[in-house]
Amino acid sequence: MTGLTIDQVGVTLLGRQVVDDVTLTVPAGHWVTVVGPNGAGKSTLLRAVAGAVAHEGRIELEGVRLAGLRSRQRARTVAVVPQEPARPEGMAVVDYVLLGRTPYVPYLGIESAADLAVVGDLLDTLELREFAERPVTSLSSGEFQRTVLARALAQEAPLLLLDEPTSALDLGHAQQVLELVDEMRSQRGLTVVSALHDLTTAGQFADSLVLLVAGAVVAEGPAPEVLTEELIAAHYGARVRVVDDPGGGLVVIPMRGHARQDAP
Amino acid sequence: MTTPSSPPTQTEDTTPLRPVRLPWRWLVGSVGLLVTTVLIAMAVGPAGLPASAIAIEIVNYVPGIDVDGGLSELESAVLWELRAPRIVLAMLVGAMLAVAGAGYQGVFRNPLADPYLLGVAAGAGLGATLAIVNDVDQNLVPVIAFVGGTAGVAATYALGRGVGGRDTNTLILAGVAVAAFLTAVQTYVNQRNTDSLREVYGWILGRFLTAGWHDVLIVLPYIVVALAVILAHRRLLDVLSVGQNEAGSLGVPAARVRLVVVLAATLGTAAAVAVSGLIGFVGIVVPHIVRMLAGASYRVVLPLAAIVGAAFLVGADLIARTIVAPGELPVGVVTAFIGAPFFTLVLRTSGSRW
Repeated sequence: MTGLTIDQVGVTLLGRQVVDDVTLTVPAGHWVTVVGPNGAGKSTLLRAVAGAVAHEGRIELEGVRLAGLRSRQRARTVAVVPQEPARPEGMAVVDYVLLGRTPYVPYLGIESAADLAVVGDLLDTLELREFAERPVTSLSSGEFQRTVLARALAQEAPLLLLDEPTSALDLGHAQQVLELVDEMRSQRGLTVVSALHDLTTAGQFADSLVLLVAGAVVAEGPAPEVLTEELIAAHYGARVRVVDDPGGGLVVIPMRGHARQDAP
Repeated sequence: MTTPSSPPTQTEDTTPLRPVRLPWRWLVGSVGLLVTTVLIAMAVGPAGLPASAIAIEIVNYVPGIDVDGGLSELESAVLWELRAPRIVLAMLVGAMLAVAGAGYQGVFRNPLADPYLLGVAAGAGLGATLAIVNDVDQNLVPVIAFVGGTAGVAATYALGRGVGGRDTNTLILAGVAVAAFLTAVQTYVNQRNTDSLREVYGWILGRFLTAGWHDVLIVLPYIVVALAVILAHRRLLDVLSVGQNEAGSLGVPAARVRLVVVLAATLGTAAAVAVSGLIGFVGIVVPHIVRMLAGASYRVVLPLAAIVGAAFLVGADLIARTIVAPGELPVGVVTAFIGAPFFTLVLRTSGSRW
């Protein structure tokens, strides 16, 4: 299983090179998280993988070039949890999650009982059944984020992209959502690529990290290789302490003061 | 029924999922409203025809039934050659304008989008004006108005594309520019031909006065096809409610859906405008009433808007031809009279509903 291959990918938006010659491999079933300062090109890289922006280079899943797929086929291959998903007025949770079945419904057709069964299972798994008939506009941020995740999982795509899935959530709900993603990944063998702001969380939940700065990869590997005080000072302009968590993993602690002047 | 009815079998919870569907009570209610309005409209008019006789006349159309309703030959002609085509035309135009309005609101994700948004009205108005001032044959006025309306929208699309915009706002702004330009030309033409002003004005305000089966046959194919195309896209319009990017990631080619729905809505509207003139507000008022009562899903809004739109315009036309009898108001005045205050109400509450 070769997973996701990103080979020499570049994206130019309005004449600016936002993603520059990125090459990455994500083995099937792995979770890779892209970190980097604001404007590094994390979201754009994810959008390129999702086929939402034109790109140079080659993006393949299991050897199949994603750019060559028709839109319905691509939606069965790549599912996206967007950074700020729209909340359509008056739409119930069950109908929102059913949107994830769109790539399986004939163009002018309607959802089948099988589609509804897939949605029913997901509502149970993500503990959303009690909200099924509530409008999505009435949900809390945490409930809505689980609903968005359910919609993405309803696509039954082998590749799941998460763009800052926890930016609107408090610590507890953020952990809950990421645990859910991890659970789904191991249950369903999903390949996950996410963009995350919080470095500690990123290190805890991904198999490996990619540090993206000004559109280019400056470091990649397991968390200890990427989350170093030097790299963070150099590229975030932040002074941090990185300590080993006795329970496993790393903790990135911001320190008072500004490291931007000290940055090499 | 637009959604599967059988509950899932492999879920733990026993409560069956109930995805959105067209509610029976609203369907029955709106059909009841339409039938009632049509019957009243058939019964009311200068030649007072008894409702019972009309009911019998209609029943007579059922094969195998032949009852004498007691209408004279003249009364029967009034019913079937004057009132019936007028009512059928009002139904078609009302359904078309309401569905086109709902379709536009869906693809542009804008509650105030209406069927005249992209230059149909201005183009058709200019076409009709040119036809009238040049003393073109009466029967050709609708055809020229239709050509003008579609040309107006084509110009809007060309301009929207020409300035490089692919998003909906660029298209709407292009529509504003095209409409302003065409209206300016129309005003100039009117200024030069003040003697035909009254006739042009009468056309612009909308009328069913001269409606006959001939007009019904002209618009029927356009409106039936346009309604069918837009209604067939009801599920996809729900997908578009999450926005173009998310719809794209769900496998829906949003730009193509938008183009197809806009084309169908425009052709249908242009056909409606060609025979009835410009009847404002139906495309905004009706979808909003339906949305408030029965829910926001396009699986509900589109079919109900068609039925309620038909009833609304038959009712408005009934008021237009009776309120100042023996004279007649342009139906556009009646719809605007109801529509404008309602529009203000929608504006005041739209923030919380969209």
